[in-house]
Amino acid sequence: MTGDTQRISTARPLDRSDERVKHTDTLGNMFSAFVDRVRSGDLGSLPVVVGLIVICTAFESLNPVFLAPNNLVNLLFDCSTVGVISLGIVCILMVGEIDLSVGSVSGFSSALIGVLWVGQDWPVAVAIVTALVLGAAIGALYAFLFNRLGMPSFVSTLAGLLAWLGLQLYLLGSSGSINLPYGSPLVNFGQMLVMPPIVSYVLAAAASLVVFVTGYRTAARRRQAGLSASSSGRMVLKALLVTIVLEFIVYYLNLGRGVPWMFGLFVGLCVVMNYALTRTKWGRSMSAVGGNREAARRAGINVRRVYSTAFMLCSTLAAAGGILAAARLASSSQQAGTGDVNLNAIAAAVIGGTSLFGGRGSAYSALLGIIVIQSIASGLTLLDLSSSLRYMITGAVLAIAVIVDSLARRSRLSHGRA
Amino acid sequence: MTDQSTGLEMTTISDVDHPQGGLRKPVLSLRGISKHFGAVSALTDVDLDVHAGEVVALVGDNGAGKSTLVKILAGVHQPTSGTIAFDGEHVVLSDPAAALGLGIATVFQDLALCENLDVVANIFLGRELNPVRLDEVSMELRAWTLLSELSARIPSVREPVASLSGGQRQTVAIARSLLTEPKLILLDEPTAALGVAQTAEVLDLVERVRARGLGVIMISHNMEDVRAVADRIVVLRLGRNNGEFEPDASNQDLVTAITGADENSVSRRASRRRAHQSPEQRR
Repeated sequence: MTGDTQRISTARPLDRSDERVKHTDTLGNMFSAFVDRVRSGDLGSLPVVVGLIVICTAFESLNPVFLAPNNLVNLLFDCSTVGVISLGIVCILMVGEIDLSVGSVSGFSSALIGVLWVGQDWPVAVAIVTALVLGAAIGALYAFLFNRLGMPSFVSTLAGLLAWLGLQLYLLGSSGSINLPYGSPLVNFGQMLVMPPIVSYVLAAAASLVVFVTGYRTAARRRQAGLSASSSGRMVLKALLVTIVLEFIVYYLNLGRGVPWMFGLFVGLCVVMNYALTRTKWGRSMSAVGGNREAARRAGINVRRVYSTAFMLCSTLAAAGGILAAARLASSSQQAGTGDVNLNAIAAAVIGGTSLFGGRGSAYSALLGIIVIQSIASGLTLLDLSSSLRYMITGAVLAIAVIVDSLARRSRLSHGRA
Repeated sequence: MTDQSTGLEMTTISDVDHPQGGLRKPVLSLRGISKHFGAVSALTDVDLDVHAGEVVALVGDNGAGKSTLVKILAGVHQPTSGTIAFDGEHVVLSDPAAALGLGIATVFQDLALCENLDVVANIFLGRELNPVRLDEVSMELRAWTLLSELSARIPSVREPVASLSGGQRQTVAIARSLLTEPKLILLDEPTAALGVAQTAEVLDLVERVRARGLGVIMISHNMEDVRAVADRIVVLRLGRNNGEFEPDASNQDLVTAITGADENSVSRRASRRRAHQSPEQRR
């Protein structure tokens, strides 16, 4: 390091020594930086927030039941099944590929639960593990076709969509559906189980505590290393905001039946996935492969293995979503995983802000996106609209989401943000 | 063939004569490397030695096979035939990870950066600290250290690489190659995208790398840059060795070896200019 930079860096943090860069130290700065980010096409979760506000006001004015606590609790139950599938879609979109067969895989695994658990009298845990392992195997098959035979994922998973649907119909046989026993733990989990209020409050508080503690520790380490760090006041403010928002949501849901355990599982999976994508070497490799595959390869990343993990995670989560759907409906039927499940899962990830073009995305986009989609579905159901209208409206929302993504991407390119 | 005969007439510098080489074993030694892409022979029987603390400039016209050679050394392509010895041991560079593992770092002509990731992530790509709980603070600190060693002018290491200029990206790519403390660095056109000051910085950097005892292979079309830092200039022509030169070799000799003929477009242009200027000078 030259003497010149040394002098500057003692005066200012190392990463703030370049006078050409604007920094966000005050609240006003933070706001203008946010506006700049949005204008350059880095939308983050803004479309979702705007979308949710529009949806809520529209449906609430049409039918006041929409925002009633119990309707929201039901909505969260419904979110969890497709949401878990959507989480897998986030994984596969991160590397710039697609899995069109998630609906069929979820239907197949829900059929498997019915056949193995009810039909063959296997213990439910063994049936679940079998379904998950077969889901992973399906992903491994796609990965093999992609890595070794160069088959585009679009085609291989389209073939899979038909093949697994066929397998699902074959498994269910002539009866067409198998009812899962009411009162069993799995069905209870999918339909009834909610957190005791105290547990939900504690969990919400714990979440904001974790946000604060990790933020504080990082800031302390950064300051020690001579890098800029956010001030304690700002972190306290952030933690306080998170606490208020979470506790209010929990409080509101507790006015109804409470926070579903199944939704808790889904949020937990999102948190784990977010950590894996942002704070591990594997997650970094996923973004790198999605951003520039050849660069990742030349950096010594085992690109094939990254693709394999993405495909397998996607199918496994699709299978998990299928199991949850079976629990939610208390049956394994020929309809499970068909219809709009596939598209809802993909649309949720895209609406939440994961790019279809690879390299950009977040686990939380599955959470936010599926809430938007389910809100629309729930609102339209409350209005008692026919499924023809529901399909058309959901289709339009998906189209808008992809248009926003494409426009934002173009804007990012012209603003040098890729 | 004219290019063959001129190649043979060149004064070839043997290892013993070379000031840096001496009797030491080369850190990298290529023998009879050939690479075919279908019917096209990109490289034919290429030999190359690089010693520790030596800068070897690889020059040649477009399509001479320089970049192919670099990609073979980086493990991106595999040679059709020939042997590679690194540190005296026979090695097979089956993929980029193998080359990196041996200590061969490469700065590619197209830089090979992930535009969606920030500078720190790009520098540490594939070599992140603490795989299950990324140590962002240490990585950022090391990134700043590397960049300031290169006197880089990067405004922020937390911006995606997409927002950087060509020269800044070049610096990031070079910083990345230095991260692993390699034994040999391959620079494919390191100064092509750079301004005057940055070019000087990169050349300084090359000398600093040499002073640390690393071997450097530098590809460049800019003869001035080559002369400024190279200890030895190796000419490739149409995928074959076409002579080795001291850095003080005449421009005429170099251009002849690169283009393969005394009578070439560069010399014709030079003579035209002379013919054009001489009447004015007489006046």
